[in-house]
Amino acid sequence: MDGRRDTPEQAEFREYCRRWLRENRPPAPAFRLPEHAIEVMTEEQRTYLCAWQKKCYDAGLVGADYPKAYGGGGHQGFQRIASWEMSALGVPYMINVIGLGMAAPTILHHGTEEQKRRYLPPLLSGEEIWCQGFSEPGAGSDLAGVQTSAVRDGDNWIINGHKVWTSLAHFASWMILLARHSSADKYNGLTYFITPIAGAPGVTVRPLIKITGQTGFNEVLFEDAVIPDRLRVDEVGKGWQVAMTTLLHERGAAENAGSGGGQSVEDRLAALIALAKRMPRNGGTAWDDPVIRDRLMQIVVRVEGFRQVFRRARVGALTDHPMRIPLSSKLLISELNQDMAALALDIEGAFASLYLGDERAPDGAEWPLAYLNSYGITIAAGTSEIQRNILGERVLGLAKTK
Amino acid sequence: MTQPRNFGFGEDETILRDSARKFLADHAGVEALRRLVARDHTVAYESAVPPAPWDETLWQQMVELGWSALAAPERAGGLGMKMVAVAALAEEAGRAALVSPLVTALFATCALRECDTPAATAALRRIAGGEAMALAMTNDRGSWAVEDSDVAAAPSADGAELTGTACFVQDARKARAFVVAARGPAGLGLYVVDADAPGVTVLPDRVIDLTRDQARVRLAGVRVGADRIAAAGDAGAAALRRATPALLTIVAADMCGAGEWQLQTTTAYAQVRKQFDRPLGFFQAVKHPLVNMMLAVDQARSLVYNAACAIDSEPDQAERFARMAKASAGDMAALCSGRSVQLHGGIGFTWECDVHLWFKRQQHNQLLFGDAAYQRARLAALE
Ligand SMILES: Cc1cc2nc3c(=O)[nH]c(=O)nc-3n(C[C@H](O)[C@H](O)[C@H](O)COP(=O)(O)OP(=O)(O)OC[C@H]3O[C@@H](n4cnc5c(N)ncnc54)[C@H](O)[C@@H]3O)c2cc1C
Repeated sequence: MDGRRDTPEQAEFREYCRRWLRENRPPAPAFRLPEHAIEVMTEEQRTYLCAWQKKCYDAGLVGADYPKAYGGGGHQGFQRIASWEMSALGVPYMINVIGLGMAAPTILHHGTEEQKRRYLPPLLSGEEIWCQGFSEPGAGSDLAGVQTSAVRDGDNWIINGHKVWTSLAHFASWMILLARHSSADKYNGLTYFITPIAGAPGVTVRPLIKITGQTGFNEVLFEDAVIPDRLRVDEVGKGWQVAMTTLLHERGAAENAGSGGGQSVEDRLAALIALAKRMPRNGGTAWDDPVIRDRLMQIVVRVEGFRQVFRRARVGALTDHPMRIPLSSKLLISELNQDMAALALDIEGAFASLYLGDERAPDGAEWPLAYLNSYGITIAAGTSEIQRNILGERVLGLAKTK
Repeated sequence: MTQPRNFGFGEDETILRDSARKFLADHAGVEALRRLVARDHTVAYESAVPPAPWDETLWQQMVELGWSALAAPERAGGLGMKMVAVAALAEEAGRAALVSPLVTALFATCALRECDTPAATAALRRIAGGEAMALAMTNDRGSWAVEDSDVAAAPSADGAELTGTACFVQDARKARAFVVAARGPAGLGLYVVDADAPGVTVLPDRVIDLTRDQARVRLAGVRVGADRIAAAGDAGAAALRRATPALLTIVAADMCGAGEWQLQTTTAYAQVRKQFDRPLGFFQAVKHPLVNMMLAVDQARSLVYNAACAIDSEPDQAERFARMAKASAGDMAALCSGRSVQLHGGIGFTWECDVHLWFKRQQHNQLLFGDAAYQRARLAALE
């Protein structure tokens, strides 16, 4: 998180990242850049963000910890430095979040040599975008309930089913797919695949409209889609275990493969305070209102607490359970962001009624949009409720519901 | 005066509530609502002029049912019903997330009935007869203090001339006239201005709440005859202050209806949606927030009925109780909105799912006439 615990090589790499990012950060485009991967993405946003990821990859800031044979930098402990510096500078985020965050570590862990050599390099460089086909209309929190079927047909698998809420599918070349090859056993009847998406026969991607009024995720329909057996990840029947690797990464329990960039929580906090100092309230500004000030300071303490929790997590002697802090991260940050946006709306007062496209909306209605989007994050990748169940069961050792 | 039993809720009020609920379920149900406002999301937020669709035939039917005349005194052609009846009707409007100038007409009525002038009586008569009217009193800083209008009233030979802009005006494009709070040499007065009067421009806002139509109303030297001055001199400020408990209670009632809808809809979903071979409601992580929603709705609703009752029978307690009702409703709305989306999971994050319509209405309601923290600050001043 900071320079104090870097090895000399890491310190040197950190300096390099800072310098490179400062010199190469792209000029702000004329169009609005999304804050997060679940936000709307137009073709121009995609082109811009893909080019930026490629540039960062070529400079060694993405995939730094992956083996050289698979297109990585061959280092250890470099990625978190690059990702941290990207966020600290608030450069645009890496578009291939699902590829980098979930698909890549899963393939590295469970994939064949051929799969690693074929899929990892263009994934890291952002030339091929990935999506995740886990959830279905009937199976969200209960992921093992997926019904999309994979039927063996010689050297191929025939896929039929309906995936939903699939982020990035509209741009994706590939999907990590959890499918059912046997209905006899809920957990052992699952197999994990890599599936072609863009232009693949039998695959239809349909955009869904989010609560914000924008597109941003999709449903994906499989009708007799054919995938060769060499795209199967790990053994038949091991799908659940492979998915657990993916989820471990998705839920923040493992170091990211290299997503980074986007607005940091510190930047958002600074924006929130600036907003309070500007918005009128009770004849002064919101900042003058003791209630608003108290709530702002509660957020200030939580943001610093969040930072220090993760600094402490790196000190073995101060960590009680290895999963305690890693598993908390998504829960903490998603709820912190939600509460920050909610406070921003209270600070805006009557102006919080104004939405996208209104010229008088403070900060271009960024806060109402962020508030709506914040529910995407407390729901996606394991809802806050499910995250609490997991923490209760795995870390505190409470009895399992099932 | 002390409060009557049953919150003053008698047979007339029960009939009104039940028939309103049935009427709105039949004519303004979720299907109709979606057809009206959520049909095409690209139009909803991205068009050059934000749309403000509404069903004018339905409004005429509501007028025929007497809803626009409910709060007006009998001398002005109204039904002179008690505030509990008005609150009960506003609650049904919130439950249906009703797209209509009804709530706004009730605001205007409550302000005008505090003005004892022929102009006010004439305006009340117009509303009771079905002309939608909106209250235009908020400045461009969004101040919630009733005296803070930015519109100036210059006295003229035959009345006054109004110049300035009223902001955050609800239902501005549905209203045929505005009750404008404007500041003259003597203080704040109330003026009735037709929407099509020369010098009036309505500039629509793009709002997050699809069930709302909000705008700035710009007045450029708009001439108002003496017969349209509802409250002259400084009488407007006093009238608005006296009307404030009613305004707060009406919004809070709308919020309670919306909160009840959020509770019922989310509870019903938790009974049919299954995960881990169980209905969601089996899990305490789902059960408890639903019960918390219920507790919050019940507290706010009771405070709303109490406030309504105080307006009718204990005027010196009305402001206190009304601010409590709005404060409680504000917290309740935040809770019910957040939980209704969260407990619906991925579905709840989509446009297809109805919960977002109420989520956004509640967000908007929280702001009207002051959020919960503002109400509590004003309450503290009364203690
Ligand atoms: C913005 C967004 C992006 C997404 N992107 C993707 C993607 O790219 N790929 C993909 O595969 N999926 C994606 N999802 C789907 C996401 O993973 C699921 O929505 C999520 O896991 C919840 O499942 P569900 O929607 O079926 O909700 P449900 O499981 O139906 O849950 C509904 C409510 O019940 C609660 N609940 C359920 N079970 C329990 C329990 N046992 N204990 C306590 N509470 C419980 C939940 O917390 C929630 O509040 C995305 C979702 C969103 C909102």
